[in-house]
Amino acid sequence: MILQLSDFVNQVKAGQISISENTYSIIEEAKKVNKKYNYFTTICEDFALAEAERLEREVRKGFSGLLLGVPVSIKDCICVKGVESKAGSKILEGYKPNFDATVVAKVRAEGAIIIGKTSQDEFGFGTFGKNVGVDFEIPKNPFDESRSCGGSSSGSAGFTAISKHTHVSIAESTGGSIACPSSFCGIVGITPTYGRVSRFGLIDYACSLDKIGSMGKNVNDAFLLQKIISGYDERDSTSIRDQPDISILKRKNYEIAIPKELVESDLADKKVLDIFWNCIHKMESEGFSYKEVSLPLNSKYSIPTYYLIAVSEASTNLAKFCGLRYGKHEVLKGYFDDYFSDVRSNNLGKEAKRRIILGTFARMSGFRDAFYLRAMKARTLLIDEYKRIFSKFDFVVHPTMPILPPKFEDISKFTPVQDYFMDLFTVPANLSGLPHISLNMGFVNNLPCGIMLTADFLRESELISAASFLEGLL
Amino acid sequence: MSKIKVDLELLEKICKNARLRLTEDEKKEFLPQLQEVINAFSVLEELDISKTKPSFQPIVIKNVWREDIINRSFSAEEALANTVHKKDYYFKGPKVVK
Repeated sequence: MILQLSDFVNQVKAGQISISENTYSIIEEAKKVNKKYNYFTTICEDFALAEAERLEREVRKGFSGLLLGVPVSIKDCICVKGVESKAGSKILEGYKPNFDATVVAKVRAEGAIIIGKTSQDEFGFGTFGKNVGVDFEIPKNPFDESRSCGGSSSGSAGFTAISKHTHVSIAESTGGSIACPSSFCGIVGITPTYGRVSRFGLIDYACSLDKIGSMGKNVNDAFLLQKIISGYDERDSTSIRDQPDISILKRKNYEIAIPKELVESDLADKKVLDIFWNCIHKMESEGFSYKEVSLPLNSKYSIPTYYLIAVSEASTNLAKFCGLRYGKHEVLKGYFDDYFSDVRSNNLGKEAKRRIILGTFARMSGFRDAFYLRAMKARTLLIDEYKRIFSKFDFVVHPTMPILPPKFEDISKFTPVQDYFMDLFTVPANLSGLPHISLNMGFVNNLPCGIMLTADFLRESELISAASFLEGLL
Repeated sequence: MSKIKVDLELLEKICKNARLRLTEDEKKEFLPQLQEVINAFSVLEELDISKTKPSFQPIVIKNVWREDIINRSFSAEEALANTVHKKDYYFKGPKVVK
């Protein structure tokens, strides 16, 4: 039996679980699993085992923590001091940050053991975990190796699903990178309100969209991790100073809105919808009420708005990767334009190049107002549309993804536009910076599919409380 | 927006700005894809945004200040720890002036 995180910590505190033995065991599991599924870009065996021994010495001196001895994996785009952190890209090969991201410092302060960096689409540029960097391996779905884990936090979700140990993962979402892989791997993923969790130490994709969140085998595990990593941080200028604590609330008969444009979308698989409506009817029978509502602006304009903002910000964020101060270096030759162009062209993957080109275009003189600025204004309209819904309802609820985990051979047939529009269910909440949670609502042909609940800004407590109740119902 | 034609000249200009050098195969692949994306995203022209303010972040951020306190920063050794291109406590870069 795999212990829930809180039970695991209690047993460690009671001396019933050895931190070192447990760390050794999960590292061995990670190494074995990785040969087949590619969930880690780095497994930090020596680092983790040394940390476990150090922690045991501290425990003997009286140290305790909310994550005492808990193995935690970290998405590759989040910096861990002394551990290679590449954001899934060859251009950051060899980069060992000399500082911890705030979220990493927070979990380590609570006694967590960092076991490795998890695989992802390069810099988060993907929905299916297939857009890995040059020379990286594609992570595979734990239920069917021929299918996608979902992206971009693919390795975090895959290992959380497959591990036989108590384990949680720190993931990151820009447009759905926590919710989508959570759905495809049958786990729980929490994406917080934009600004609730510090982004200090995150290798950015898009600064106005990136959110660091949590993944766990169940709502309670993901909740506890999310609670620990949340909080104001002066090192992130977009961090929210006054934020309510996250806690589990007393059960309430919540009112939920179901966006009809999504559940009636041509993208949606009927089998996914069948499970979804079954789930909604169970919630209704337990006292929840629901109504189908319209989100016409988000359903039509969120994808172009999101992608224009995301690629514009990405193209500036990635400008600093040029083989000079960290990451991949080449022999210095020629003038700076030639050197930088060589390093970037040789070491960035195809999707990264595509998005840098699109983002550079959208910000160029003559096009900036028509693309970048227009998208920023469109976002205001899309946020306002959500606000109108949340004046009447507690949550917006729909399937996390319109489809089951797709086969890699089918993904390869998508054009970039078709690929981008597969994010239609996860992008609206992410673009507006709204907190959301995905949990498994059932299986079709042994493949998991998730349900996604979105709440108003900073209402994580209501969101997680409802999800916890729903988890018990399913 | 919808009338923009992406041709090879525009693609090469973008790549020059982005410090990217594409292969001929990449140019052939990206050119129609870029046009397809721009055409699809042109749907944003339908929105009336004449009186709308931009949301540069999803949340309202005003006057983010911190106390002006001196903290320890990286030493030169720490700052240079991840590069092979260094000399005399400086980053060593490619030539800038021809």
